[in-house]
Amino acid sequence: MMLAVDIAGIKMKTPVMTASGTFGSGPEYADFVDLNKIGAIVVKGTTLTPRDGNRGRRIAETPAGMLNCIGLENPGVDEFVSRILPGLAAYDVPIIVNIAGATTDEFAELARRLSVPGVAGLELNISCPNVKEGGIAFGTDCASAAAVVAAVRRNTALPVITKLSPNVTDIVSIARAAEDAGSDAVSLINTLLGMSIDIRRWRPELGNVLGGLSGPAIKPVALRMVWQVARAVKCPVIGLGGIMTANDAIEFLLAGASAVAVGTANFVNPRASVEIAEGIRDYLVERGIKHVSELVGRVNENI
Amino acid sequence: MSKIVADGIVIEHFSLAPMIKRLTLGAPAIARAAQPGQFVHVRVGEGYHPLLRRPLSIAEVDREVGNITVIYRIVGQGTALLASLPPGEFVDCMGPLGNGFDLNTERPLLVGGGMGLAPLLFLAKALCPKPVTALMGGRTKEELWWRNVFLGVCRSIHVTTDDGSMGRKGFTVNLLPELLENCKYDRIYACGPLRMMEGVARLARDKGIPCQISFEDHMACGVGACLSCTCAGTDGKRRKVCSDGPVFWAEEVLEL
Repeated sequence: MMLAVDIAGIKMKTPVMTASGTFGSGPEYADFVDLNKIGAIVVKGTTLTPRDGNRGRRIAETPAGMLNCIGLENPGVDEFVSRILPGLAAYDVPIIVNIAGATTDEFAELARRLSVPGVAGLELNISCPNVKEGGIAFGTDCASAAAVVAAVRRNTALPVITKLSPNVTDIVSIARAAEDAGSDAVSLINTLLGMSIDIRRWRPELGNVLGGLSGPAIKPVALRMVWQVARAVKCPVIGLGGIMTANDAIEFLLAGASAVAVGTANFVNPRASVEIAEGIRDYLVERGIKHVSELVGRVNENI
Repeated sequence: MSKIVADGIVIEHFSLAPMIKRLTLGAPAIARAAQPGQFVHVRVGEGYHPLLRRPLSIAEVDREVGNITVIYRIVGQGTALLASLPPGEFVDCMGPLGNGFDLNTERPLLVGGGMGLAPLLFLAKALCPKPVTALMGGRTKEELWWRNVFLGVCRSIHVTTDDGSMGRKGFTVNLLPELLENCKYDRIYACGPLRMMEGVARLARDKGIPCQISFEDHMACGVGACLSCTCAGTDGKRRKVCSDGPVFWAEEVLEL
Protein backbone atom coordinates (compact mmCIF):
# COMPACT_ATOMS: atom_id res chain seq x y z
CA MET A 1 0.00 0.00 0.00
CA MET A 2 3.01 2.29 0.36
CA LEU A 3 2.96 2.81 -3.41
CA ALA A 4 -0.78 3.31 -3.98
CA VAL A 5 -1.72 6.73 -5.30
CA ASP A 6 -4.86 8.53 -6.37
CA ILE A 7 -4.29 10.80 -9.33
CA ALA A 8 -7.31 13.00 -9.99
CA GLY A 9 -9.58 10.18 -8.86
CA ILE A 10 -7.75 7.43 -10.72
CA LYS A 11 -6.71 4.86 -8.14
CA MET A 12 -3.39 3.24 -8.96
CA LYS A 13 -1.54 0.43 -7.16
CA THR A 14 1.75 2.08 -7.96
CA PRO A 15 2.74 5.56 -9.16
CA VAL A 16 4.33 4.07 -12.28
CA MET A 17 2.24 4.25 -15.44
CA THR A 18 3.13 3.36 -19.03
CA ALA A 19 3.36 6.26 -21.46
CA SER A 20 1.10 6.59 -24.47
CA GLY A 21 2.46 5.18 -27.71
CA THR A 22 5.00 2.95 -26.02
CA PHE A 23 2.84 0.16 -24.64
CA GLY A 24 0.09 -0.36 -27.21
CA SER A 25 -3.07 -0.89 -25.22
CA GLY A 26 -1.32 -3.31 -22.86
CA PRO A 27 -1.92 -6.90 -24.04
CA GLU A 28 0.96 -6.51 -26.52
CA TYR A 29 3.23 -6.82 -23.48
CA ALA A 30 1.23 -9.37 -21.46
CA ASP A 31 3.70 -12.18 -22.26
CA PHE A 32 6.46 -10.28 -20.54
CA VAL A 33 4.97 -8.37 -17.62
CA ASP A 34 1.98 -8.73 -15.29
CA LEU A 35 -0.26 -5.88 -16.43
CA ASN A 36 -2.08 -6.00 -13.08
CA LYS A 37 1.04 -4.66 -11.38
CA ILE A 38 1.20 -1.48 -13.45
CA GLY A 39 -0.09 1.80 -12.00
CA ALA A 40 -2.07 2.66 -15.11
CA ILE A 41 -1.83 2.00 -18.82
CA VAL A 42 -2.11 5.01 -21.10
CA VAL A 43 -3.35 3.74 -24.44
CA LYS A 44 -1.81 4.84 -27.75
CA GLY A 45 -3.15 8.14 -29.12
CA THR A 46 -6.67 7.63 -30.42
CA THR A 47 -8.41 9.74 -33.06
CA LEU A 48 -11.98 10.06 -34.27
CA THR A 49 -11.32 8.18 -37.51
CA PRO A 50 -8.65 5.56 -38.27
CA ARG A 51 -5.22 6.88 -39.21
CA ASP A 52 -2.50 5.13 -41.20
CA GLY A 53 0.28 7.27 -39.74
CA ASN A 54 3.23 8.72 -41.58
CA ARG A 55 4.93 7.22 -44.61
CA GLY A 56 8.57 6.22 -44.73
CA ARG A 57 10.92 5.35 -41.95
CA ARG A 58 9.41 6.05 -38.55
CA ILE A 59 12.19 5.61 -36.02
CA ALA A 60 15.86 6.44 -35.75
CA GLU A 61 18.21 5.73 -32.89
CA THR A 62 20.14 8.67 -31.45
CA PRO A 63 22.64 8.92 -28.59
CA ALA A 64 20.85 7.63 -25.49
CA GLY A 65 17.52 8.07 -27.20
CA MET A 66 15.36 7.66 -30.25
CA LEU A 67 13.36 9.76 -32.67
CA ASN A 68 9.91 8.72 -33.83
CA CYS A 69 7.44 10.06 -36.34
CA ILE A 70 4.71 7.42 -36.16
CA GLY A 71 2.05 10.01 -36.93
CA LEU A 72 -0.74 8.77 -34.65
CA GLU A 73 -1.47 5.53 -36.46
CA ASN A 74 -4.50 4.03 -34.71
CA PRO A 75 -7.69 2.17 -35.59
CA GLY A 76 -9.98 5.03 -34.52
CA VAL A 77 -12.08 5.51 -31.41
CA ASP A 78 -15.03 3.31 -32.42
CA GLU A 79 -12.78 0.34 -33.14
CA PHE A 80 -11.04 0.94 -29.83
CA VAL A 81 -14.28 1.00 -27.86
CA SER A 82 -15.88 -1.98 -29.61
CA ARG A 83 -12.93 -4.27 -30.21
CA ILE A 84 -9.97 -3.40 -27.95
CA LEU A 85 -11.52 -2.05 -24.76
CA PRO A 86 -13.59 -5.18 -23.91
CA GLY A 87 -10.39 -7.26 -23.88
CA LEU A 88 -8.81 -4.94 -21.34
CA ALA A 89 -11.54 -5.72 -18.79
CA ALA A 90 -9.63 -8.93 -18.04
CA TYR A 91 -6.95 -6.87 -16.31
CA ASP A 92 -7.16 -5.08 -13.00
CA VAL A 93 -5.42 -1.88 -14.13
CA PRO A 94 -6.79 1.59 -14.86
CA ILE A 95 -6.99 2.33 -18.58
CA ILE A 96 -6.37 5.91 -19.57
CA VAL A 97 -6.97 6.75 -23.21
CA ASN A 98 -4.78 9.32 -24.92
CA ILE A 99 -6.92 11.28 -27.38
CA ALA A 100 -5.88 13.51 -30.27
CA GLY A 101 -8.28 15.70 -32.20
CA ALA A 102 -7.69 17.82 -35.28
CA THR A 103 -10.16 20.37 -33.89
CA THR A 104 -11.60 21.31 -30.52
CA ASP A 105 -14.88 19.71 -31.57
CA GLU A 106 -13.09 16.45 -32.33
CA PHE A 107 -11.56 16.42 -28.86
CA ALA A 108 -15.03 16.94 -27.42
CA GLU A 109 -16.51 14.12 -29.50
CA LEU A 110 -13.67 11.77 -28.57
CA ALA A 111 -14.30 12.52 -24.89
CA ARG A 112 -17.99 11.80 -25.33
CA ARG A 113 -17.45 8.47 -27.11
CA LEU A 114 -14.86 7.35 -24.57
CA SER A 115 -16.99 8.10 -21.52
CA VAL A 116 -17.84 4.43 -21.15
CA PRO A 117 -17.21 1.76 -18.49
CA GLY A 118 -13.64 0.50 -18.63
CA VAL A 119 -12.08 3.88 -19.30
CA ALA A 120 -10.59 5.37 -16.14
CA GLY A 121 -9.50 8.69 -17.57
CA LEU A 122 -8.53 10.67 -20.64
CA GLU A 123 -5.18 12.15 -21.55
CA LEU A 124 -5.43 15.06 -23.97
CA ASN A 125 -2.69 14.90 -26.56
CA ILE A 126 -2.11 18.55 -27.35
CA SER A 127 1.56 17.86 -27.87
CA CYS A 128 2.08 15.38 -30.71
CA PRO A 129 4.87 16.83 -32.90
CA ASN A 130 4.25 14.44 -35.79
CA VAL A 131 0.90 15.38 -37.31
CA LYS A 132 0.02 18.33 -39.48
CA GLU A 133 -3.35 19.25 -38.07
CA GLY A 134 -4.14 19.47 -34.39
CA GLY A 135 -1.68 17.93 -32.00
CA ILE A 136 1.00 20.33 -30.98
CA ALA A 137 -0.83 23.34 -32.42
CA PHE A 138 -3.09 23.19 -29.36
CA GLY A 139 -0.21 22.75 -26.96
CA THR A 140 1.85 25.77 -27.85
CA ASP A 141 -0.79 28.40 -27.21
CA CYS A 142 -2.52 29.01 -23.87
CA ALA A 143 -5.91 29.97 -25.31
CA SER A 144 -6.06 26.95 -27.65
CA ALA A 145 -5.00 24.60 -24.87
CA ALA A 146 -7.66 26.04 -22.57
CA ALA A 147 -10.31 25.73 -25.28
CA VAL A 148 -9.56 22.05 -25.82
CA VAL A 149 -9.60 21.29 -22.10
CA ALA A 150 -12.84 23.17 -21.61
CA ALA A 151 -14.52 21.41 -24.53
CA VAL A 152 -13.48 18.00 -23.20
CA ARG A 153 -14.50 18.99 -19.68
CA ARG A 154 -18.04 19.75 -20.87
CA ASN A 155 -18.34 16.32 -22.51
CA THR A 156 -17.07 13.92 -19.89
CA ALA A 157 -17.16 13.24 -16.19
CA LEU A 158 -13.92 11.25 -16.46
CA PRO A 159 -10.69 12.57 -14.96
CA VAL A 160 -8.91 14.68 -17.57
CA ILE A 161 -5.12 14.81 -17.86
CA THR A 162 -3.52 17.27 -20.25
CA LYS A 163 -0.24 16.13 -21.82
CA LEU A 164 2.09 19.03 -22.35
CA SER A 165 4.63 19.69 -25.04
CA PRO A 166 8.19 20.71 -24.18
CA ASN A 167 8.45 22.49 -27.52
CA VAL A 168 7.29 25.80 -26.07
CA THR A 169 8.89 28.90 -24.61
CA ASP A 170 7.01 28.72 -21.32
CA ILE A 171 5.53 25.37 -20.36
CA VAL A 172 4.33 26.75 -17.02
CA SER A 173 1.86 29.11 -18.67
CA ILE A 174 0.37 26.26 -20.73
CA ALA A 175 0.08 24.10 -17.62
CA ARG A 176 -1.70 26.88 -15.76
CA ALA A 177 -4.06 27.47 -18.69
CA ALA A 178 -4.95 23.76 -18.75
CA GLU A 179 -5.54 23.67 -15.01
CA ASP A 180 -7.65 26.83 -15.06
CA ALA A 181 -9.78 25.36 -17.87
CA GLY A 182 -10.59 22.32 -15.77
CA SER A 183 -7.83 19.79 -16.34
CA ASP A 184 -7.60 17.48 -13.34
CA ALA A 185 -3.92 16.75 -13.86
CA VAL A 186 -1.10 17.46 -16.28
CA SER A 187 1.44 15.04 -17.71
CA LEU A 188 4.78 16.11 -19.08
CA ILE A 189 6.79 15.95 -21.19
CA ASN A 190 5.87 14.71 -24.61
CA THR A 191 8.81 14.28 -27.01
CA LEU A 192 11.21 17.03 -27.99
CA LEU A 193 11.23 17.87 -31.67
CA GLY A 194 14.43 16.58 -33.26
CA MET A 195 16.14 15.44 -36.42
CA SER A 196 18.88 13.15 -37.68
CA ILE A 197 20.56 12.98 -41.06
CA ASP A 198 22.04 10.05 -42.99
CA ILE A 199 25.36 11.50 -44.18
CA ARG A 200 25.83 8.78 -46.81
CA ARG A 201 22.64 9.74 -48.61
CA TRP A 202 22.37 13.39 -47.52
CA ARG A 203 18.82 12.71 -46.44
CA PRO A 204 16.91 12.90 -43.19
CA GLU A 205 16.74 9.49 -41.52
CA LEU A 206 13.03 9.88 -40.81
CA GLY A 207 10.36 9.78 -43.49
CA ASN A 208 8.69 12.80 -41.90
CA VAL A 209 12.05 14.67 -41.69
CA LEU A 210 11.42 15.68 -38.07
CA GLY A 211 10.49 13.44 -35.18
CA GLY A 212 10.01 13.38 -31.44
CA LEU A 213 13.04 12.66 -29.28
CA SER A 214 12.56 10.35 -26.29
CA GLY A 215 14.71 8.22 -24.02
CA PRO A 216 17.28 8.97 -21.34
CA ALA A 217 18.76 11.81 -23.41
CA ILE A 218 15.75 14.02 -22.58
CA LYS A 219 15.51 13.25 -18.86
CA PRO A 220 17.23 16.41 -17.53
CA VAL A 221 14.97 18.61 -19.66
CA ALA A 222 11.87 16.73 -18.56
CA LEU A 223 12.88 16.88 -14.92
CA ARG A 224 13.46 20.62 -15.12
CA MET A 225 10.02 21.19 -16.65
CA VAL A 226 8.28 18.94 -14.12
CA TRP A 227 9.93 20.88 -11.32
CA GLN A 228 8.87 24.22 -12.83
CA VAL A 229 5.28 23.13 -13.45
CA ALA A 230 4.80 21.36 -10.12
CA ARG A 231 5.64 24.57 -8.28
CA ALA A 232 3.13 26.53 -10.34
CA VAL A 233 -0.01 24.36 -10.39
CA LYS A 234 -2.18 22.80 -7.69
CA CYS A 235 -3.29 19.77 -9.69
CA PRO A 236 -1.26 16.54 -9.71
CA VAL A 237 1.66 16.35 -12.12
CA ILE A 238 2.57 13.12 -13.93
CA GLY A 239 6.26 13.18 -14.80
CA LEU A 240 7.75 11.45 -17.80
CA GLY A 241 10.66 11.76 -20.17
CA GLY A 242 13.56 9.34 -20.27
CA ILE A 243 12.79 7.39 -17.11
CA MET A 244 14.77 4.14 -17.27
CA THR A 245 15.31 3.23 -13.60
CA ALA A 246 13.77 3.61 -10.16
CA ASN A 247 16.35 6.27 -9.38
CA ASP A 248 15.18 8.29 -12.39
CA ALA A 249 11.57 7.95 -11.23
CA ILE A 250 12.48 9.06 -7.69
CA GLU A 251 14.09 12.20 -9.14
CA PHE A 252 10.77 13.06 -10.81
CA LEU A 253 8.83 12.42 -7.59
CA LEU A 254 11.22 14.67 -5.63
CA ALA A 255 10.82 17.31 -8.34
CA GLY A 256 7.09 17.36 -7.72
CA ALA A 257 5.51 14.59 -9.79
CA SER A 258 2.79 12.63 -7.98
CA ALA A 259 3.15 9.78 -10.46
CA VAL A 260 5.49 8.96 -13.32
CA ALA A 261 5.16 7.28 -16.70
CA VAL A 262 7.65 4.98 -18.38
CA GLY A 263 7.87 5.19 -22.16
CA THR A 264 10.89 4.34 -24.26
CA ALA A 265 12.23 2.12 -21.45
CA ASN A 266 9.45 -0.38 -22.27
CA PHE A 267 11.11 -1.04 -25.63
CA VAL A 268 14.39 -1.87 -23.93
CA ASN A 269 12.99 -3.72 -20.95
CA PRO A 270 9.33 -4.82 -21.15
CA ARG A 271 9.26 -5.19 -17.35
CA ALA A 272 10.54 -1.65 -16.76
CA SER A 273 7.28 -0.27 -15.32
CA VAL A 274 7.01 -3.01 -12.70
CA GLU A 275 10.74 -3.11 -11.88
CA ILE A 276 10.78 0.65 -11.39
CA ALA A 277 7.84 0.40 -8.97
CA GLU A 278 9.69 -2.33 -7.06
CA GLY A 279 12.78 -0.14 -6.95
CA ILE A 280 10.79 2.78 -5.53
CA ARG A 281 9.35 0.50 -2.85
CA ASP A 282 12.86 -0.72 -1.91
CA TYR A 283 14.02 2.90 -1.66
CA LEU A 284 11.13 3.76 0.67
CA VAL A 285 11.75 0.69 2.84
CA GLU A 286 15.48 1.40 3.10
CA ARG A 287 14.80 4.91 4.27
CA GLY A 288 11.90 4.11 6.52
CA ILE A 289 9.52 6.22 4.49
CA LYS A 290 5.93 5.06 4.89
CA HIS A 291 4.39 6.23 1.65
CA VAL A 292 5.57 7.37 -1.76
CA SER A 293 3.61 10.61 -1.44
CA GLU A 294 6.15 11.71 1.15
CA LEU A 295 8.69 12.11 -1.65
CA VAL A 296 6.57 14.33 -3.87
CA GLY A 297 8.09 17.76 -4.36
CA ARG A 298 10.53 17.30 -1.51
CA VAL A 299 13.66 18.33 -3.38
CA ASN A 300 15.42 20.88 -1.20
CA GLU A 301 16.81 23.73 -3.24
CA ASN A 302 18.49 25.41 -0.27
CA ILE A 303 21.92 23.91 -0.78
CA MET B 1 4.34 -20.86 -27.58
CA SER B 2 5.77 -18.58 -24.97
CA LYS B 3 7.72 -15.40 -25.54
CA ILE B 4 10.26 -14.50 -22.90
CA VAL B 5 13.18 -12.27 -22.06
CA ALA B 6 16.25 -14.35 -21.23
CA ASP B 7 20.01 -14.02 -21.06
CA GLY B 8 21.55 -16.11 -23.82
CA ILE B 9 25.15 -17.17 -23.29
CA VAL B 10 27.48 -16.86 -26.26
CA ILE B 11 28.47 -20.40 -27.23
CA GLU B 12 30.12 -19.76 -30.58
CA HIS B 13 30.74 -16.56 -32.51
CA PHE B 14 32.74 -16.37 -35.72
CA SER B 15 32.97 -14.71 -39.14
CA LEU B 16 31.33 -16.36 -42.12
CA ALA B 17 32.44 -13.67 -44.58
CA PRO B 18 33.67 -10.09 -44.35
CA MET B 19 31.30 -8.18 -42.02
CA ILE B 20 29.10 -11.26 -41.59
CA LYS B 21 29.01 -13.13 -38.31
CA ARG B 22 27.39 -16.28 -37.05
CA LEU B 23 26.40 -16.18 -33.37
CA THR B 24 25.17 -19.19 -31.41
CA LEU B 25 23.52 -18.49 -28.07
CA GLY B 26 22.50 -20.89 -25.34
CA ALA B 27 18.87 -19.93 -24.74
CA PRO B 28 16.91 -23.16 -24.12
CA ALA B 29 13.43 -21.71 -23.61
CA ILE B 30 13.64 -19.62 -26.77
CA ALA B 31 15.13 -22.54 -28.71
CA ARG B 32 12.27 -24.80 -27.64
CA ALA B 33 9.59 -22.35 -28.76
CA ALA B 34 11.17 -20.93 -31.92
CA GLN B 35 9.53 -21.49 -35.30
CA PRO B 36 11.13 -20.78 -38.69
CA GLY B 37 10.54 -17.15 -39.64
CA GLN B 38 10.54 -15.84 -36.07
CA PHE B 39 13.16 -13.48 -34.68
CA VAL B 40 14.88 -12.56 -31.44
CA HIS B 41 15.08 -8.96 -30.23
CA VAL B 42 18.57 -8.54 -28.86
CA ARG B 43 19.85 -5.93 -26.44
CA VAL B 44 23.47 -5.11 -27.08
CA GLY B 45 25.24 -3.95 -23.93
CA GLU B 46 23.68 -2.57 -20.80
CA GLY B 47 24.25 1.14 -21.38
CA TYR B 48 22.05 3.72 -23.08
CA HIS B 49 23.96 3.87 -26.35
CA PRO B 50 22.94 1.99 -28.33
CA LEU B 51 19.59 2.07 -26.56
CA LEU B 52 17.22 -0.08 -28.57
CA ARG B 53 17.14 -3.80 -29.23
CA ARG B 54 18.11 -5.26 -32.61
CA PRO B 55 15.74 -7.68 -34.36
CA LEU B 56 17.70 -10.68 -35.69
CA SER B 57 16.17 -13.56 -37.66
CA ILE B 58 16.68 -16.95 -36.14
CA ALA B 59 18.83 -18.86 -38.65
CA GLU B 60 19.23 -22.15 -36.84
CA VAL B 61 17.91 -23.87 -33.74
CA ASP B 62 19.18 -26.85 -31.80
CA ARG B 63 16.24 -27.73 -29.57
CA GLU B 64 17.99 -30.62 -27.80
CA VAL B 65 21.04 -28.62 -26.79
CA GLY B 66 18.97 -25.46 -26.33
CA ASN B 67 20.84 -23.20 -28.76
CA ILE B 68 19.70 -20.59 -31.24
CA THR B 69 21.90 -19.22 -34.02
CA VAL B 70 21.67 -15.87 -35.78
CA ILE B 71 23.62 -14.75 -38.84
CA TYR B 72 23.99 -11.00 -39.10
CA ARG B 73 25.78 -8.29 -41.01
CA ILE B 74 27.74 -5.65 -39.11
CA VAL B 75 25.97 -2.49 -40.24
CA GLY B 76 26.19 -0.03 -37.37
CA GLN B 77 27.15 0.58 -33.81
CA GLY B 78 24.86 -2.05 -32.31
CA THR B 79 25.94 -4.93 -34.50
CA ALA B 80 29.59 -3.85 -34.21
CA LEU B 81 29.30 -4.06 -30.43
CA LEU B 82 27.52 -7.40 -30.69
CA ALA B 83 30.29 -8.68 -32.97
CA SER B 84 32.86 -8.07 -30.23
CA LEU B 85 31.27 -10.46 -27.73
CA PRO B 86 33.36 -13.57 -27.02
CA PRO B 87 32.01 -16.95 -25.87
CA GLY B 88 30.87 -16.87 -22.24
CA GLU B 89 29.37 -13.38 -22.47
CA PHE B 90 25.63 -12.89 -22.07
CA VAL B 91 23.19 -11.33 -24.50
CA ASP B 92 19.75 -10.18 -23.37
CA CYS B 93 17.30 -11.81 -25.81
CA MET B 94 13.57 -11.25 -26.17
CA GLY B 95 11.77 -13.90 -28.15
CA PRO B 96 10.88 -15.79 -30.10
CA LEU B 97 8.89 -12.92 -31.65
CA GLY B 98 6.63 -12.66 -34.68
CA ASN B 99 4.82 -15.26 -36.71
CA GLY B 100 6.73 -17.89 -38.65
CA PHE B 101 6.28 -19.68 -41.96
CA ASP B 102 3.47 -22.09 -42.72
CA LEU B 103 5.16 -25.49 -42.95
CA ASN B 104 2.35 -27.26 -44.76
CA THR B 105 4.25 -28.21 -47.91
CA GLU B 106 5.60 -31.29 -49.68
CA ARG B 107 7.68 -29.62 -52.42
CA PRO B 108 8.95 -26.27 -51.18
CA LEU B 109 10.95 -23.71 -53.11
CA LEU B 110 12.90 -21.14 -51.09
CA VAL B 111 13.98 -17.91 -52.79
CA GLY B 112 16.35 -15.58 -50.98
CA GLY B 113 18.63 -12.64 -51.45
CA GLY B 114 21.26 -11.24 -49.10
CA MET B 115 20.55 -11.48 -45.38
CA GLY B 116 17.03 -12.62 -46.30
CA LEU B 117 18.54 -16.07 -46.53
CA ALA B 118 19.02 -16.26 -42.75
CA PRO B 119 15.41 -17.13 -41.82
CA LEU B 120 15.20 -19.40 -44.88
CA LEU B 121 18.05 -21.50 -43.47
CA PHE B 122 16.00 -22.31 -40.35
CA LEU B 123 13.03 -23.00 -42.63
CA ALA B 124 15.06 -25.35 -44.87
CA LYS B 125 16.28 -27.33 -41.86
CA ALA B 126 12.78 -27.51 -40.39
CA LEU B 127 11.37 -28.84 -43.68
CA CYS B 128 13.95 -31.67 -43.96
CA PRO B 129 13.66 -34.46 -44.98
CA LYS B 130 11.21 -33.01 -47.50
CA PRO B 131 13.00 -32.16 -50.75
CA VAL B 132 13.91 -28.48 -50.42
CA THR B 133 14.99 -26.45 -53.43
CA ALA B 134 16.76 -23.15 -52.82
CA LEU B 135 17.23 -20.29 -55.26
CA MET B 136 19.60 -17.60 -54.05
CA GLY B 137 20.82 -14.39 -55.56
CA GLY B 138 23.64 -11.97 -54.90
CA ARG B 139 25.51 -9.19 -56.61
CA THR B 140 28.73 -11.19 -56.95
CA LYS B 141 30.03 -14.63 -56.01
CA GLU B 142 31.58 -13.06 -52.88
CA GLU B 143 28.06 -12.61 -51.51
CA LEU B 144 27.11 -16.22 -52.10
CA TRP B 145 29.01 -17.85 -49.27
CA TRP B 146 25.41 -18.65 -48.37
CA ARG B 147 25.58 -21.55 -50.81
CA ASN B 148 27.97 -23.44 -48.52
CA VAL B 149 25.67 -22.79 -45.57
CA PHE B 150 22.70 -24.32 -47.40
CA LEU B 151 24.65 -27.30 -48.82
CA GLY B 152 23.50 -30.52 -47.23
CA VAL B 153 20.20 -28.97 -46.18
CA CYS B 154 18.67 -28.68 -49.65
CA ARG B 155 18.03 -31.24 -52.38
CA SER B 156 19.15 -28.68 -54.97
CA ILE B 157 20.54 -25.15 -54.96
CA HIS B 158 20.31 -22.64 -57.79
CA VAL B 159 22.37 -19.48 -57.84
CA THR B 160 22.22 -16.17 -59.69
CA THR B 161 24.64 -13.23 -59.56
CA ASP B 162 24.15 -9.76 -61.02
CA ASP B 163 27.58 -9.93 -62.67
CA GLY B 164 27.55 -13.60 -63.65
CA SER B 165 30.56 -14.41 -61.44
CA MET B 166 28.69 -17.42 -60.05
CA GLY B 167 25.70 -19.39 -61.32
CA ARG B 168 23.34 -17.75 -63.80
CA LYS B 169 23.87 -14.05 -64.65
CA GLY B 170 20.89 -11.96 -63.61
CA PHE B 171 18.38 -11.93 -60.78
CA THR B 172 16.56 -14.76 -59.04
CA VAL B 173 13.33 -13.73 -60.76
CA ASN B 174 15.01 -14.26 -64.15
CA LEU B 175 15.82 -17.89 -63.35
CA LEU B 176 12.63 -18.60 -61.43
CA PRO B 177 10.31 -19.19 -64.45
CA GLU B 178 12.60 -21.99 -65.62
CA LEU B 179 12.51 -23.68 -62.23
CA LEU B 180 8.73 -23.40 -62.16
CA GLU B 181 8.52 -24.99 -65.62
CA ASN B 182 10.72 -27.92 -64.66
CA CYS B 183 9.28 -28.82 -61.32
CA LYS B 184 5.93 -28.73 -59.54
CA TYR B 185 6.44 -26.81 -56.31
CA ASP B 186 3.49 -26.55 -53.95
CA ARG B 187 4.80 -23.60 -51.91
CA ILE B 188 7.23 -20.73 -52.45
CA TYR B 189 8.90 -18.89 -49.59
CA ALA B 190 10.75 -15.66 -50.34
CA CYS B 191 12.86 -13.33 -48.22
CA GLY B 192 15.09 -10.54 -49.44
CA PRO B 193 14.79 -7.15 -51.17
CA LEU B 194 11.18 -5.99 -51.63
CA ARG B 195 11.47 -5.88 -55.43
CA MET B 196 12.69 -9.47 -55.47
CA MET B 197 9.82 -10.64 -53.28
CA GLU B 198 7.30 -8.81 -55.47
CA GLY B 199 8.72 -10.47 -58.58
CA VAL B 200 8.68 -13.91 -56.97
CA ALA B 201 5.14 -13.42 -55.65
CA ARG B 202 3.87 -12.43 -59.14
CA LEU B 203 5.34 -15.52 -60.76
CA ALA B 204 3.96 -17.67 -57.94
CA ARG B 205 0.50 -16.17 -58.39
CA ASP B 206 0.62 -16.78 -62.15
CA LYS B 207 1.36 -20.44 -61.46
CA GLY B 208 -1.21 -20.67 -58.68
CA ILE B 209 1.41 -21.55 -56.06
CA PRO B 210 0.81 -20.19 -52.54
CA CYS B 211 3.65 -17.85 -51.61
CA GLN B 212 4.85 -16.52 -48.29
CA ILE B 213 7.26 -13.63 -47.91
CA SER B 214 9.10 -12.24 -44.93
CA PHE B 215 9.54 -8.50 -44.33
CA GLU B 216 12.12 -6.61 -42.36
CA ASP B 217 11.84 -3.07 -41.03
CA HIS B 218 13.16 -0.72 -38.38
CA MET B 219 11.39 -1.51 -35.13
CA ALA B 220 11.59 -0.48 -31.50
CA CYS B 221 9.32 -2.72 -29.40
CA GLY B 222 9.12 -5.92 -31.47
CA VAL B 223 5.70 -6.79 -30.06
CA GLY B 224 3.24 -4.55 -31.88
CA ALA B 225 3.14 -1.64 -29.46
CA CYS B 226 5.18 1.19 -31.00
CA LEU B 227 3.90 0.98 -34.60
CA SER B 228 7.29 1.80 -36.10
CA CYS B 229 7.11 -1.08 -38.56
CA THR B 230 3.54 -1.15 -39.84
CA CYS B 231 2.65 -1.63 -43.48
CA ALA B 232 -0.54 -1.49 -45.52
CA GLY B 233 -2.43 -4.70 -46.08
CA THR B 234 -4.16 -5.19 -49.44
CA ASP B 235 -7.50 -5.34 -47.58
CA GLY B 236 -6.98 -1.75 -46.39
CA LYS B 237 -6.13 -2.80 -42.86
CA ARG B 238 -2.71 -2.09 -41.35
CA ARG B 239 -0.26 -4.86 -40.51
CA LYS B 240 2.55 -4.82 -37.96
CA VAL B 241 5.69 -6.39 -39.39
CA CYS B 242 6.91 -7.40 -35.91
CA SER B 243 3.79 -9.10 -34.56
CA ASP B 244 1.44 -9.79 -37.51
CA GLY B 245 4.50 -10.76 -39.58
CA PRO B 246 7.33 -10.77 -40.32
CA VAL B 247 5.97 -13.62 -42.47
CA PHE B 248 2.89 -12.81 -44.55
CA TRP B 249 1.03 -14.46 -47.38
CA ALA B 250 2.16 -12.47 -50.41
CA GLU B 251 -1.32 -11.33 -51.44
CA GLU B 252 -1.96 -10.06 -47.91
CA VAL B 253 0.60 -7.24 -48.18
CA LEU B 254 1.77 -6.97 -51.80
CA GLU B 255 -0.18 -5.39 -54.66
CA LEU B 256 0.56 -7.94 -57.39
